[in-house]
Order: sequence, then structure tokens, then C-alpha cells
Amino acid sequence: MKRYAKWAGLLALLQAPALMAAVPERWGLNLTPGVTETAAAAYRMHMIMLWICVVIGIIVFGAMFYAMFKFRKSQGAVADKSLTHSTTVEIIWTVIPVLILIIMAVPATKTLIFMADTRNADMTVKVTGYQWKWRYQIVDYRGTPQSVNFMSTLGMNSNKTRIRGSGLDPNAVKDGDESAYLLEVDKPLLLPTGTKVRFLFTADDVIHAWWVPALGWKQDAIPGFVNEAWTDIKEPGVYRGQCAELCGKDHGFMPIVVQAVPRAEFEAWMADMTPKAAQPSQAVAAVAPAAQ
Amino acid sequence: MATHAAHAHTDHAHDDHDHKPHGFVNRWLFSTNHKDIGTMYLIFALAMFFVGGAMAMVIRAELFQPGLQFVHPEFFNQMTTMHALIMIFGAVMPAFVGLANWMIPLQIGAPDMALPRMNNWSFWLLPFAFTLLLSTLFMDSGAPAGGWTMYPPLSLQMGHNIAFLIFAVHLMGISSIMGAINIIATILNMRAPGVDLLKMPLFTWTWLITAFLLIAVMPVLAGAVTMLLTDRFFDTSFFNAAGGGDPVMFQHVFWFFGHPEVYIMILPAFGIVSEIIPTFARKPLFGYQAMVYAVASIAFLSFIVWAHHMFTVGMPLGGELYFMYATMLIAVPTGVKVFNWVSTMWKSSMTFETPMLFALAFVILFTIGGFSGLMLAIVPVDFQYHDTYFVVAHFHYVLVTGAVFGIIAGAYYWLPKWTGHMYNERLGKIHFWSSTISVNVLFFPQHFLGLAGMPRRIPDYNVAFADFNMISSIGGFWFGLTQLLFAYIVWQTVRGGAKATANVWEGAHGLEWTVPSPAPFHTFETPPVITNDMLAHGDVTH
Repeated sequence: MKRYAKWAGLLALLQAPALMAAVPERWGLNLTPGVTETAAAAYRMHMIMLWICVVIGIIVFGAMFYAMFKFRKSQGAVADKSLTHSTTVEIIWTVIPVLILIIMAVPATKTLIFMADTRNADMTVKVTGYQWKWRYQIVDYRGTPQSVNFMSTLGMNSNKTRIRGSGLDPNAVKDGDESAYLLEVDKPLLLPTGTKVRFLFTADDVIHAWWVPALGWKQDAIPGFVNEAWTDIKEPGVYRGQCAELCGKDHGFMPIVVQAVPRAEFEAWMADMTPKAAQPSQAVAAVAPAAQ
Repeated sequence: MATHAAHAHTDHAHDDHDHKPHGFVNRWLFSTNHKDIGTMYLIFALAMFFVGGAMAMVIRAELFQPGLQFVHPEFFNQMTTMHALIMIFGAVMPAFVGLANWMIPLQIGAPDMALPRMNNWSFWLLPFAFTLLLSTLFMDSGAPAGGWTMYPPLSLQMGHNIAFLIFAVHLMGISSIMGAINIIATILNMRAPGVDLLKMPLFTWTWLITAFLLIAVMPVLAGAVTMLLTDRFFDTSFFNAAGGGDPVMFQHVFWFFGHPEVYIMILPAFGIVSEIIPTFARKPLFGYQAMVYAVASIAFLSFIVWAHHMFTVGMPLGGELYFMYATMLIAVPTGVKVFNWVSTMWKSSMTFETPMLFALAFVILFTIGGFSGLMLAIVPVDFQYHDTYFVVAHFHYVLVTGAVFGIIAGAYYWLPKWTGHMYNERLGKIHFWSSTISVNVLFFPQHFLGLAGMPRRIPDYNVAFADFNMISSIGGFWFGLTQLLFAYIVWQTVRGGAKATANVWEGAHGLEWTVPSPAPFHTFETPPVITNDMLAHGDVTH
């Protein structure tokens, strides 16, 4: 970003806060770099695109405004009616955009290939969309099958406040000191930091989409299909998102909360969430003490 | 000028006994006159613009602040769904067909459309289609609420209203296909001697290409919704995974219609702007042939990019890459168009009457929508943008400040020709500035909302999104109210005003400006004798 230093003022306006916010910022103007490499890559790609568009915009609109001020009949401008075509400039302004597109396509392709690679994951989480809640199943963790399986729905405070005529103030819905209205759940999904997590997405009724902006992508959850995605969260924190595909009347009310924690804490939580019948699993027994 | 005067004279003679049918039913219900049918299309489109606009006002009122104040979430979804369907099929498309009806015969020197009775039916299907669609608002199950895209399985959960939606879509489709056939038949068969294809005005050219797009994709939409119908009522499983069907296939079929549809709604606007800018720049359109080829290229590309609406459905990597590259390519012919418009303005002699102002705003604001479109093409970031307010901002920039501004520009441009009166220029300028400022207050902050993480199609949101939503809503109410001024200006112009000359605008060229204002009921009953200097583009060397 250093090479944009001359636009520091504008950039400061557009740039994400230094510390990754877990909730959307008030007056937020831009994507944030998120807390994963994919989110950072998406953010970089976004900024490349934005600045290329800004530069092209300045040139094109600059030329337009220059023409609008310079070539006014009221200023005595006389039309040059011979200026009607030029094959040379048509070729130039066809070829240059093609070159710019290639410049855009190269990093976009690299980023996409990086994002599509779900191999070598340390754990697998299956996410199922329902009207209007999410089911999380931890399928395996570091090579051992797991049986964590729970539903995650909109938090109680948000749920009461969202009723029309409830008279409750959405600003009063807090999780800690964060404004969590419609972005809080009863049971968050815990994930270990520094671990490549592979997700499997499907849905049981209609199409949903699982989106946590800080992770850098969204993926549709479609009945009869299993979609894949992956993440590797660098920093511990609470990351909030929402369903992003219209799924009926409560589409706006099925949030997602991912809480990234150090591995030991995650393993303790996983042991806690494992149903009693599955408890004697050796893997859990082995990792549980480590978490103490 | 001699031919010009001669024409004015012959047409004037006709004006005295123009064989207008008598009585409301004969004049309008049984109309086969391209001008009357064009007028009906335009009035219908304006009415639907206000109906769809009222729904948008409900949406913006609910989103004015967090919490649910006015409507239930289900009704909110009905509003977003119906707003889109009415604006697309009821306002923008009929408005362009209305402009085509009025202007294409005048621009090519034809006495009427090639198939006048079919023209009548094309129009009269629409009131029935929209009665069907709007009637669902009063049903127990309410209006369709699954989004205008009608994605199954959600759309199949609706009550019987889905059947009304599907039949309404069928009627609109039949209407559009017949309208398109009529336009193609008219342009290819009824040009006056001397109006060669490469001498046609750009508006006629863009409509010729748009008409082919309509014929190609409306049947695809009809097929998609018919499969929905049988899935919903006759136990088929085209899109039902549990029955061996494929919900994603619907999206592919829908967007194979949907993407060309996007260009159906913008290409005629390109044509209008390509008429207006040269007129008020007093200089021929720069790069006429490049403009025609660019429109044809955009139309071709529109068929091979549909899945960029579906980057998050889980396509294989190769599919994502292909659709990304193909989509990016559209920037090339679109860029060619913008550069040619700017070059038309270069070394010109411009004045800034209302049509010109709207056309210039079109070029700038549509280009902003084009930039966000290019950003949306980039798959790795589209994973963030998809289904957020960034997308909402994008398509409203291309559809409101693009298509709708194009239609309004065209309306101001040709209104004197239609009514014989000049509109009130001062009110027109107020309408322009108020619209242009408010539309940006309305839609620009939605870019920020989307980037900050607000999904689209939600009735309520986290308090962090409150500020920009409030600004956007204020812009929305302001823009909505401003359009009432437009209706007033049109009404005032129809009622009276300064007499318009045949040429109306100092720099206007083309056959439509050789007939008197208002254009007589019948024009070009005998083919006009055309000299190249009468045409907007009489010189085929470029």
C-alpha cells in the first residue's frame, strides 16, 4: 500500500481499522482485510480493482468535464464536423483495455486458484442450512472422526427486539461491548486458530449462503449438493456474519458467529460438546487433558 | 431544405383529414397506429414506474432505521420481489418498446410497424399480465416473496401466487416476443429507399439487436418458469433434489435468460444517448460503425457470461475462471462506446438542454455502474460482494441512472415531436438536478453498506448499518418525489406550451425531424425522397 502514500488522506478513509473488528464498523466504507489469508487476498484484489477503476474514471470523466467546459456553444465553441472517426484510436482504445484486463486477470486467477484448494485440511466441519438456523457438525479433527453436532440460532435478545412493535432498542442488544443486534447466536461455532478448516455446505430445505466477511468468502448451501470451502483463521476473536441467500421470511435473522480460539481451548470445547455416548472416543480422551 | 419543406407540406395536408378513428374504444383499444400504441406503452410504463416506485418507498421506509417499524419480513420480501418484477417487466421494457413504436418507423421512413394488429395485441397483453401479477397482493398467500429470480426450492414454497406470477411472465414473454418480431420485421423490410442498414440511426440499430436478444431468451424464461409450474403443481422434479432434480439448473437456465435481459434493458438506452449527444454537440456521432459493432459484440457476449450471477453456487474452478474472463471482456466494447461518446463531445459546440443533461449523467453514472460491474466479475472478491448491497448499488446504477435515465432523456428529447409543444425547460432542469443528486444520495452509500457487510434482501439490520441506510432512504424519498415532477412536466407539455418546430433542436438530424411537430397521425405514407444530409448518419465511409 505504500505506493499510494500520496493519497494518504483518501486512503485513510478507505482503509480498514488496524485492529480487525469483529462487528461491522459504523460508517464503514470498505471491505476489511479480515483475519485469513483468503480475506486478505480478496481485499488486495478489491483494492487493485478499485484503484484501477478510480484512475480510469479520473481520465474518462476528466476528459468529459474538460469537453463540457471547453466546448460550449455559449463560449463560442464551433463544432469540428470533420472529427467523426479514426480507426487508429478505435484500435488503441480496444487494445489498451484488453491489456488492463490481462493485468487484472493475472492476480485474480492466482487468488482464485489459491482459494479453491481445499486439500490438506486439518479438520472438516459440515454446515447445513435450515429455515432459519444453521447446523454445525464437526466431522473430523486432525485425522479422528468427531461427533459434535449442534444447531445455532439467533440470540434471544435480538429475537425479542426484532419483533415489529416490540418497543425494544436495537442499540441495546450487546454482546460484551459489541453491538450484536441480529449478529448474535445462542451457540457459536468455535474453530481453532492456525488450523486449515475444510467446510462442507448443504441445506435441508431451500438455498442458503454462509458468509462471514472476516473469513473472506461466502458459499451457497444447496439442498442435494455438497459445496466445499476452507479457512485458516490467524487471530483469535469473534467473527460475525449472516445468511446471504434469500431463504424466506426470516432470511435476515439467521446469523453466523464463528469464535476463533487457540487449539487447546477449542479441543476442550469440542470435548464438552461431544455427546456422552461418543465420549469414550480415544482421541478426545487423549486431547482433553492437554486442554486443561 | 427544399425537400424538407415539401415534406412538411404534404404531411400538413394529411393532418387535416388524418383518418384518426373516432371514439375511445376504436382509437385506443383497437388501435393499429404505431404512434398511439407507442403512447399507450409509454403511459403504461410510467404508471408501472410509480407502482414499482411506491414499493421501493415501502422498502426504504422499513430500512430507514434498524428494527421493524412498518412491515413484517414476509411482506418486505413481497415488496422486493414485486418491485423488481414491475420495474423490469412493467416499466423499463415497455418504456423502450413504446419508444421503439413511436420512433423506429419515423427514423426509417416507414408508414407504420410491419405488423400493426400484432402490435396492438403485444400492448394489450400487458395490462392483463400486470393485473394477474398485482392481484396476488390481495390474496391470502400474498404476493410472490421468493425474489424476482424465483429460485427454487424457495419459490416452490409459495402459495398459489406462484401460478399467477408464472402466467404473468408468460404473457409478458409473448408480448415481448411479438414486439421483437414486429421490430425486426419493420426494420428489415420497411426502411425507406436510401436508409441502408449502416445509415440507420443508432437507436434503431440498438433496437434491432435488442429484438434478437428478446426472441432468443424470452422462450428460455418461459421454459424455466413452466418447469417451476409443473414442479409446484404437477409433481415433477426438475428442480427438486429429493426427486432427482437440480435446483442449480434453474439458476443456469434463468440466468441464460437473465443476462441478455440485462442488455435488453440497456442497449436501447445506449441508442437514445447516441442520438442525443450528437444533436446537442452539433457534431456527428464519433465512430458510428464502431458503435454498431460494439453493440453487436455486447449482445453476443451477453449469451456466454450468465454464470457470473452464480459464482458462489459451487462451480468447478475452470467454470469460475471461464465466466470471469468472459465477463471481463464485456468491458472492452462497453469502453469503446464510452470513449466514442466522449470523442463525440470533443471539439463540439455543446448546449445543455434537459435531454443532453440526462444523457451526460447517463454516461458518467452508467460508467460508475460499469466499474462496479467489472469489480463484481473478479471471482475471488465476488465471494465478498455477492448478494450484498454492493450488488444492489451496482445494478441500480446501471438500471436507474442507466436505463431509466436513458428513457427520461429520450422522453424529453422526443416529447416536442410527440406533442407539438416544448416542455418547460426550467422545470426540466430542476427535475434533472434533483434526480441526479438524489439518486446518488440513494445508491452511492449502498456501495459502502455492501462492503461493510450488509446482505441484500433483508428487512432489518445491525445498528452499524443504520447511518448509511438512513441517508440512502432520504435519497430514496427525495428521488421518488422528484419523479412526480416528471409526470407533471409531461402532463403540462401534453396540455400546451410553446409550439415546437419540425426540427425542434438546432443540431437534430434524421428523418423523424423532417415531419411536423406534433407528428401527424400518419407519416411517410409514400416513401420519402432521402438525401444523405437528411440522415443523422448519411455518410457510410465510417
